[in-house]
Amino acid sequence: MKYRDFIIRRSLQIIPTLFGLLILIFFISRILPGDPARLALGPEATKEQVEALRRRLGLDKPFYIQFLVYVEQLLRGSLGTSLYTYRDVMEDVLVYFPATFELITFSMIIAVIIGTLLGIITAAKRNTWVDHIFRVLAFSGVSMPRFWLGIMFQIIVAYQLGLLPTTGRIDPFIEPPKHITGFYLIDSLLCLNMEAFVSSLKHIILPAITLALSPIAQIMRIVRASMLEEMEKDYFLVAKANGLPENILIYKYTLRNAFSAALTIIGLLYGYFLAGAFVVETVFSWPGLAKYGIRALLYKDFNAVIGVTLVIGLFYSLVNLVVDVLYGYLDPRIRLRMEVKR
Amino acid sequence: MKGYRAEELRRMLYRLKKNKLSILGLILVSTIFFIALFAEIIAPYPEDSYKIHIEKVFQPPSWEHPFGTDEMGRDVLSRVILGSRISLILGISVIIVAVSLGTVLGLIAGYLGGFIGSLIMRVTDVFLSVPSMALVLAVSAVVEPTMENLIFAISFGWWPWYTRLVYGEVLSLKEEEFVQAAESLGAPSLYIMFKEILPNLIPILIVKGSLDMGYAILTGSILGFLGLGVRPPTPEWGTMIGNGRLHLPGKWWLTFFPGLAIFLTVFSFNLLGDGLRDALDVKLE
Repeated sequence: MKYRDFIIRRSLQIIPTLFGLLILIFFISRILPGDPARLALGPEATKEQVEALRRRLGLDKPFYIQFLVYVEQLLRGSLGTSLYTYRDVMEDVLVYFPATFELITFSMIIAVIIGTLLGIITAAKRNTWVDHIFRVLAFSGVSMPRFWLGIMFQIIVAYQLGLLPTTGRIDPFIEPPKHITGFYLIDSLLCLNMEAFVSSLKHIILPAITLALSPIAQIMRIVRASMLEEMEKDYFLVAKANGLPENILIYKYTLRNAFSAALTIIGLLYGYFLAGAFVVETVFSWPGLAKYGIRALLYKDFNAVIGVTLVIGLFYSLVNLVVDVLYGYLDPRIRLRMEVKR
Repeated sequence: MKGYRAEELRRMLYRLKKNKLSILGLILVSTIFFIALFAEIIAPYPEDSYKIHIEKVFQPPSWEHPFGTDEMGRDVLSRVILGSRISLILGISVIIVAVSLGTVLGLIAGYLGGFIGSLIMRVTDVFLSVPSMALVLAVSAVVEPTMENLIFAISFGWWPWYTRLVYGEVLSLKEEEFVQAAESLGAPSLYIMFKEILPNLIPILIVKGSLDMGYAILTGSILGFLGLGVRPPTPEWGTMIGNGRLHLPGKWWLTFFPGLAIFLTVFSFNLLGDGLRDALDVKLE
């Protein structure tokens, strides 16, 4: 009963937080030093044209009126017109978001699988050379500038070895699969379009690995630490003393507990992935929301900047909500703590 | 009291010494500081931060130019060495600003609480509702690309993490007996916050700060790479990679070496921070 109350309260918290984010990003975007109308029209435009666009965009009104207009617009489901694409930012977001979502999800799957595996291996082989090598590699992984790593992948794997394409989401001569989920990998499978599937798989590998490297290292460290913690516990020692082979013990009993430790950072990792997407999408010309956002920033396309920030904020808040709710669902101890705390 | 502190310090140094990787981190960090301090003397062509040599553009690595030359004939090694100063100044400034602001706000919110306290924490939540990178990017696109503004932009996204960290710590420290003793003696709130509680936060702030140093430098280079960093010809690692990328795949040395410098710097601070965490016995989530 109380857990349900917790979920409701936790969900409702998102609304004021996102409203605060809207105020914050609106304020940041409106103190832009350049004149967005002038930037959008270019140096050729006459003063009258610029003035007309300013009026059309409502830039001649006071700050709080502009804000109210924006909120009213938002309630109608519009994010305002992009100064660059001349479409509603909402439409643009819907076009670009699936690409980012697909990249992040694919990358997350790689990171969780490899990270957990490495965590188990290093914990099982603790204090051997295998363990040491992977721990040093993990350190390197979290210190690696992602944009540089991406470029190195492009030089070696794409240019030198010619194994994978350098940029884009699919080969330009292949028609993208029909829009069902927006994920090229899933859509092409649903349409049984193997050519498109192979092409998009080839395109996603390098950016996804670039994005996944640092999270792999983080997951590995957490899984290793919690596996070692589990191995100190009585049940492990008893089972081992009774002659249960260590392999069965590790895979059947310890892993389950250690895996929930990895879950605890997934919410945080989504933040890393979103932040990483800004550079990875730029390096690999991945047509996603982050790349769209960077272009909006460089062209001072403020409606797009606000829109992208809000969408990222909403997505991030929802992920964290789901993670919070899941913990409570999976682990009764945490659920109890939530009930006591609130 | 004093003898106790000295003993603590000795133990800390002992634990730090036992961890070989963190000693390596300390040596590397010292080396980077040394290079940054004496960059003009160490760099073979210190004038190459701005000087153009049209006659020797795009030379691959050689004895004369171990890291090659760039699209304006400038020595890449010299620019990487000179760039260390920009990165370190940026990193240190960001950490100082973010730690001071975050600590003061966290202390107020945690110790005083009340309306102001919850207001601070709600604002912190707003900042943390989106990956910091998005805010840093938005601010850096709005302001003029100068060093001061870059520091401002990165700190803008960074302080909330410290506010939340300090807030959590203060909430538990508040219940400790030494704080209650000071309260019952009638010590003013300011005294308790800064003289009683703050000293206990130093270890965790040092550890988080040294771990974050690397990431602040990394963030600075990301902005440079995206074209939102300090203006060329300032030798900044990220900007150098961003420019070098235009000359791929042929001129690999333009992107490889500055990236290696970023990697080694972040790596060193991570090693040091990790060692300090063990030595100071600090638990970070």
